[in-house]
Amino acid sequence: MTGDVTILVAVALPLIGAVGIALARAWPNLRETVSIATAAGLAGVVWSLLPDVMAGTRPAAELLTLMPGLAIHFRVEPLGALFAALASLLWIFNTIYSIGYMRGNREKHQTRFYILFAVALSATIAIAFAGNLITLFLFYEVLTLSTYPLVAHRGDAKTVASARVYLGLLLATSIGLLLPAIVWTYRTAGTLDFTPGGILDGKVNGLAAGLLLALYMFGTGKAALMPVHRWLPAAMVAPTPVSALLHAVAVVKAGVFVVTKVIVYVFGIDLLRAQASADWLLYAAGFTTVAASIVALRQDNLKRLLAYSTVAQLSYVTLAAALFRPVAEVGAALHIAAHGLGKITLFFAAGSIYTAAKKTEISQLDGIGRRMPWTLAAFSVGALAMIGLPPTAGFVSKWQILMGSLQADQHFAVLVIIASTALNAAYFVPILYRAWFRPESAAPPVDHGEAPLPIIIALTATALLTLAFFFVHQPALELAWQIFATVK
Amino acid sequence: MWRAQLPALAIAVPLAAAPLAALLRTGLTAWALATAASAASFTIALMLAGGVSGLNELSYDVGSWPAPYGIELRITSFSALLLLIITGASSVALLAGRQSLDAAVAPARRPSFYAAWLLALGGLAGIVASGDAFNIFVFMEVSSLATYILIAGGSDPRALTAVFKYLIMGTIGATFYLIGIGLIYMMTGTLNLTDMEARIHDVADLKPILAAVGFVTVGLVLKAGVFPLHVWLPNTYAWSPHIVTAFVAACSTKVSLYVLLRFDFMVFQGSLADHHVQFSGFLMPLAVLAILIASGVAIAEGNLKRLLAYSSVAQVGCVVLGASLMTATGLTAGIVHMFNHALAKGTMFLAVACLATRVTSLRLENLAGIGRRMPWSTAAFMLAALSLIGIPGTAGFISKWYLITAAFDEGALGVALVAVILVSSLMAVAYVWRIAEAAYFRAPPGPDTAIREASPLMLVVVWAAALANVWFGLLPGLPLSLSGEAAMTLLGHVQ
Repeated sequence: MTGDVTILVAVALPLIGAVGIALARAWPNLRETVSIATAAGLAGVVWSLLPDVMAGTRPAAELLTLMPGLAIHFRVEPLGALFAALASLLWIFNTIYSIGYMRGNREKHQTRFYILFAVALSATIAIAFAGNLITLFLFYEVLTLSTYPLVAHRGDAKTVASARVYLGLLLATSIGLLLPAIVWTYRTAGTLDFTPGGILDGKVNGLAAGLLLALYMFGTGKAALMPVHRWLPAAMVAPTPVSALLHAVAVVKAGVFVVTKVIVYVFGIDLLRAQASADWLLYAAGFTTVAASIVALRQDNLKRLLAYSTVAQLSYVTLAAALFRPVAEVGAALHIAAHGLGKITLFFAAGSIYTAAKKTEISQLDGIGRRMPWTLAAFSVGALAMIGLPPTAGFVSKWQILMGSLQADQHFAVLVIIASTALNAAYFVPILYRAWFRPESAAPPVDHGEAPLPIIIALTATALLTLAFFFVHQPALELAWQIFATVK
Repeated sequence: MWRAQLPALAIAVPLAAAPLAALLRTGLTAWALATAASAASFTIALMLAGGVSGLNELSYDVGSWPAPYGIELRITSFSALLLLIITGASSVALLAGRQSLDAAVAPARRPSFYAAWLLALGGLAGIVASGDAFNIFVFMEVSSLATYILIAGGSDPRALTAVFKYLIMGTIGATFYLIGIGLIYMMTGTLNLTDMEARIHDVADLKPILAAVGFVTVGLVLKAGVFPLHVWLPNTYAWSPHIVTAFVAACSTKVSLYVLLRFDFMVFQGSLADHHVQFSGFLMPLAVLAILIASGVAIAEGNLKRLLAYSSVAQVGCVVLGASLMTATGLTAGIVHMFNHALAKGTMFLAVACLATRVTSLRLENLAGIGRRMPWSTAAFMLAALSLIGIPGTAGFISKWYLITAAFDEGALGVALVAVILVSSLMAVAYVWRIAEAAYFRAPPGPDTAIREASPLMLVVVWAAALANVWFGLLPGLPLSLSGEAAMTLLGHVQ
C-alpha cells in the first residue's frame, strides 16, 4: 500500500468497523470481536506509516475540494504520527477493558457505545493526519459531537446536565474562537496548510499575533486551558472506558495536539519567540498547571481528581509548547504520549475499583491494595508517571521539558515544573499509602477480589507500556525530532 | 430549438398543470400530476443552471415581441439558483407529503389544493425568471394568492387568523412595490429591468425615483420577512399544513430578497449617488437586529414550528447581512446562504411533518422522548440542524465561512459583525439543543414508547434531503459557483 491510500484506509477503517458493530448488534461476542479486530487493524495500518515518516517522507492524500483553494487534505507529519500511533494502540487495550467494564457493570446501549467509540477514533486519526486547519477543524467538531452521547450515556438528569457543559463549552469555544482564528489566518496567510516553519511569518506582528494566539489557545477548548477547562471534570460522568481513552487520550490530546501543531506549523516557533505579545501563554499554562493541581488536592472523588490532574498535565504540554524552543516542542510531543500511557492506566484502575468494589471516593480506599493487588500496582505505576519519577514514561517527557525551560532561560517554567511535581506527589502519595498500608476500616459488604479478567489484562498492559516507555523511548524521541528535521 | 424555450417552460409547465389538477377527481391523481409537474420544473431548472454557467445569460422574448416592448424572461446565475431552490423544495415537499397532506386537507378539496400549489410554484418561478418589473408584480400576486390558499388549506383554524395577517401585510407589500415601479415607469417610460437600468441615468428629477426606492424596498423587505416587518411569518409557518411550511419556508422569503437585490443593483445602485447607504445604514442594522433578537426569541419559544420560524427570521438576517456588505464575498455569502438555509430549513420542516404523523402537538414538552419513538425522523432533523448551526461538513458551514470572511474585510466594523455571526451560531446551538434534549433525554410522556415511524416514502425523501446537507457541505461546487457568478453579475451592474 502506498502512503496516501494508507491514510484514507486509517480514517475509514473505524467507520467500517462501526458498520460491522451495528450489524453484529444481536450477538455481543461477535460485536466485541469486530470491535477488537477493528482496533487492531487500525493500529496495524497507522503503525505501518511510522517507518516512512521516520525516514523523512510525509505521506499525503487529498479527499475532496471543499471551497476554491481549500481541500480536505491529509498529510502525515511526525507529531500527528506519534499521536495517531498512541491513540490507535491504546484503543486496542481500551476495547478489551470496555468488555470487562460494560458487562461487569451491566451498562445499557452497549452497541451504541461501541459504534460511537469507533466514530470518535476515526475522527481522532483524521485530526492527527490533517494536512490543513480546515480538515482539522472539521474532524475536531466530529469528535466533539460523537463523544457527546458517550458522555451522556447514562441519560439521567445529572449526566445530561454535565453533558450540557461538555458540549456547550467545546462547541462555544470552537465556533466562537477557533473558527474566526482560522478564517483570520486564511485571510492573512492565503493558505491553511500546515507548513514547517509556519505560514504566518511576517504576516502578523505585535498585539495581533498575541490576539490570534489567544483565539487559537482558548478556541481549542479540548486543551482545557483555564478558564475553558470546566468541561473536563464534567465529562467524568461518562462510563470509565470513555474517560480513559477519550478524556485521557483521544479528546484531550487532540486539544494539546492542536495547540502544539498550531504553534509549530501555523505560527512557527521563531515568529512567536520574537513576539512579546505571545509570552502570556507560558504564564496562563503555568497558572493552569498549578491551580488545577491545587484543586485536585481537595478532591475526594477519584475520577474527579484524575480529571483535574489531566487539566494540569495538559497545560504541561501547552507550557512546553509555549517555550517556543525545539527541544521543548519535542518534550510536548513526548508528554502527549507519556501522559496518555500513565493516565489511561490510572483511569483503568479507577474503573476496576468501581467495577469490583463499587467504590468511587478516595476515602473509601483504605487497604484495598490487598484485595486488588494488580489494579493497585498498575495505579501506582500510573501515579509515578504523573509525578514524573523513573522508571516511568512521565520522567522522560518531564526531563525534555525541563531542558527546554533551562535552554529558554525561563525560570518561571522551571518553578512550575517543580511546584507541580511536588503537588502531584502530594495528592497521589496519600492515595497509595491509604491503599497499600492502611488497614481496611470495615469489611466490605461483598467480599470482592479483582475486577473481571479483561480489565486486569488491559490495565496491566498499559502499566507495562508506561514502564517500557522509560526504557525504550528512543524511537519516539527520534520521531519527535523529525518535526524539526528540515529546520535543523 | 427546444432548449431556447426552457425559460418559458419553467413557468408554463406548473401554470398549465394547475387547471388540469383542478379538473381531476381524486386527490391521488392530482397529487401525482402536481409531483410530476414539479419534478419536470426541477429538471428544467437543472438544465437552465447548466445553461448559465460561465456568466452566460439566457434571454427569452415572450411571443417573440422583442424587449423592451415585449415581455422579456431573463435567466441569470442568480435566477437559476433561485429556480433550483423553488422547484427543488416543491418537488421534495410534494414527493414526501402526500400522507401528511391527506391528513390535513379534506378529500373533496384536494384537487384544488394541488392546483393552488402549482399556481404558487408557477408564480414563484415567474418572479425569478421575469425580466420585467410589472410582470414580477403579476407573478408575485399569483404566487401570494395561491400561497394564502395553501396556508389556510389545512384543518387548523388558527391558520385562518395567521393567513389573514399575512394577506393584509402581503398585500401592503405588493402594493408598495407596485407604487414604486409606477413611479419609475412614470419617469423612465419602461418596465423592462435592463432597459430601466439604461434609461434611469437620463432622468433629470430624481425625487420620484427616491420615493420609488423607498416603496420598493419597504414592500419587498416586508414580503421577505426582514425584521421588524416579519410579524406575519411565525404564525404563518406555525399553523400551515406541515408540508406547506416546508415548501414556503424554503423559498418564499428568498424570492422577495432576490427581487430586492436585483432592483437595488440593476436599477438603483448605478443611478443614485449614495444609494449604498441603504445597505450600510438601513439593511445592515436591521439584519443585525434580526439575527440577535429573532435568535433570542427562538431560544425562548416553546412550539417547535414557531421556534424554527423565528430561526428563519434570523437566517434571513444573515442573508441580508452578507448582501449589505456589497462585496463579492459578502454577496456570495448571502446568496449561497439562501440555498443552504433553504436546504436546512426545508429538511427540518419535512422532518417535523414526519414527527407530526405521530404526535398531535408540536410543543417541545410533547416531543419528549421522540428520538426514541421515531429515531430516523429525529436523526434527519438533527442532521439538518447541524447545518443550521454551521458545523463543518454541512452546507451551513460553507455560508458561515464566506460570511465571516466577508465580514473580516470590513475592518473594525467587520470584527463586530463577525462577533454577531458567531453569536448567532451559538444561539442556534442553544435552540437546537433544547429540541435535542427534549427529543433524546426526556422520557416519553405516555405508555406509547414503541418505535413507529412515518411512511417509508417520507423517510426516504427526508433522509435524501438531510444527506444533501452533508453533500453540499463537502462538495458545494454547484451552489457556490452559481452564487459567485450571481454576485459578479450584481456587482457588474454597479460598475
